Amino acid sequence: MTSDSNDGKRAEKREKSAHKKAEPAFEQALHRLEEIVARLEQGEESLGAAVSLFEEGMKLFEMCEQRLKEARGKIEKLVESAEGARAEPMRPDELRGQ
Amino acid sequence: MTASNLAQREAAHIFSVRQLTQYLRGLIERDDALRDVRVRGEISNCRRFDSGHTYFTLKDEFSQLECALFREEAAAQEFSPQDGLRVIARGRITVYERRGQYQLVVAEIRADGVGALWLAFEQLKKKLEAEGLFRPDRKRPLPRFPGRVALVTSTDGAVLHDFVRITRDRWPALSILVVPAQVTGEAAAPSVVKAMAAAQVQPEVQAIVLARGGGSLEELWAFNTESVARAIAACSIPVVSAIGHETDYTIADFVADVRAPTPTAAAMLVAPDRAEIVRQVSAWSQRASGALSRRLAMAERELKSLAGRRVISQPLSLLDEPRRATDELFSSAKQAIAALLQARADSLAAVRGRLVALNPRGILARGYAIVERMPERRLVKSVSQVARGDQANITFQDGYAACRITQTGKENDDQRQQ
Repeated sequence: MTSDSNDGKRAEKREKSAHKKAEPAFEQALHRLEEIVARLEQGEESLGAAVSLFEEGMKLFEMCEQRLKEARGKIEKLVESAEGARAEPMRPDELRGQ
Repeated sequence: MTASNLAQREAAHIFSVRQLTQYLRGLIERDDALRDVRVRGEISNCRRFDSGHTYFTLKDEFSQLECALFREEAAAQEFSPQDGLRVIARGRITVYERRGQYQLVVAEIRADGVGALWLAFEQLKKKLEAEGLFRPDRKRPLPRFPGRVALVTSTDGAVLHDFVRITRDRWPALSILVVPAQVTGEAAAPSVVKAMAAAQVQPEVQAIVLARGGGSLEELWAFNTESVARAIAACSIPVVSAIGHETDYTIADFVADVRAPTPTAAAMLVAPDRAEIVRQVSAWSQRASGALSRRLAMAERELKSLAGRRVISQPLSLLDEPRRATDELFSSAKQAIAALLQARADSLAAVRGRLVALNPRGILARGYAIVERMPERRLVKSVSQVARGDQANITFQDGYAACRITQTGKENDDQRQQ
């Protein structure tokens, strides 16, 4: 039970920090993938090296696909207040076109 | 009433010119309404001096007003006054005592009408271009996969809605921070400048999109002001300008790192297309699998050819190490011997060839003959070895003839010719 709620909190925390930091990682993952495909296609690696490259590639594919499927950014509005500017979630009705 | 009284009264009502001018000046300059007036008119008789001060006359069809634009104010204007331009000048009315003339000391001069707006546009464009603010090397690239972007725009237009919808479709991972700003009217320029400043200091914002829907030149004017242009130039992160329609070019567009023809286009520039990336990634995944299976097939072939070797096919023979060693020695010895024999055979053949060349029979075949004196069978190499009446034997390649010498002669002897 406690571990469940801990996981929940951690997930929430991750969600928050996932905001954008994950994105440069995504770009790096794509670069690495491209490199891996090129090296595999050259066929000059030893079998062992080729297999571990492939495994690394598969992990990156999964990571990218996961990210493409699940990541959802936030739509916020910067609101001025006494303590300074603060980002607040926008309500759906604020986003409706006119 | 005495004469002196009259004289006194008259004296009290006689001003010097200066006194009257100063009196009028006081009246005018104390009047609150005249401290901040706006006057609409057309510029004429515009004179600019080396001191930096500019003087011109503002006129309409009935009247005219002298105006002074001093150096500090002149430098701060969007454009320099020019004859024929319609403007709205703001300032205070003062009196120029030396000439006894009231005048408008201009604080701000604004374009009135499209012609003046275009002139202002061209002048600011020229100025900022000369400063290098439009240089291509100042343009920063947009992040390919931005995590969070700020959208500086009005919250009541369709721009916000369209931008969010399009970016959501293309790249749902994108976070958007909307920074509200006024985009039309007098307050627009300072509002945009403030929003830009606020947007770039928000955490993790990687680019700013400055957007406004279509409108007239006047409505888009904030984006042609120097303050907005400088705010864009000074921005610490890349700025995408997306003002009006495709055909609208604003100063903001020239200064921005990327110009999007419309707010919709800006959304597509900022948000990568997820579908395309998914296609790309799955194509790579297939290529990687293909490459690996080719690599495996190659390894399999290598394995098969290895399997053909005795060591692999009969691994038990590995236990018979000494015998294997002997076998190897034996086989290499055999090879060495064979090589030696071959070398000997080769040299024998060479010797035989030489013998063949020396064999007299080879010579006979070419038409020569061997002469031997009989009966002792002595080879005759010289005519002096034989004499008339001697018996001789001539050997041809295919037989012999017995003969008798009937005459001899030395080379070059006359006898031979006889």
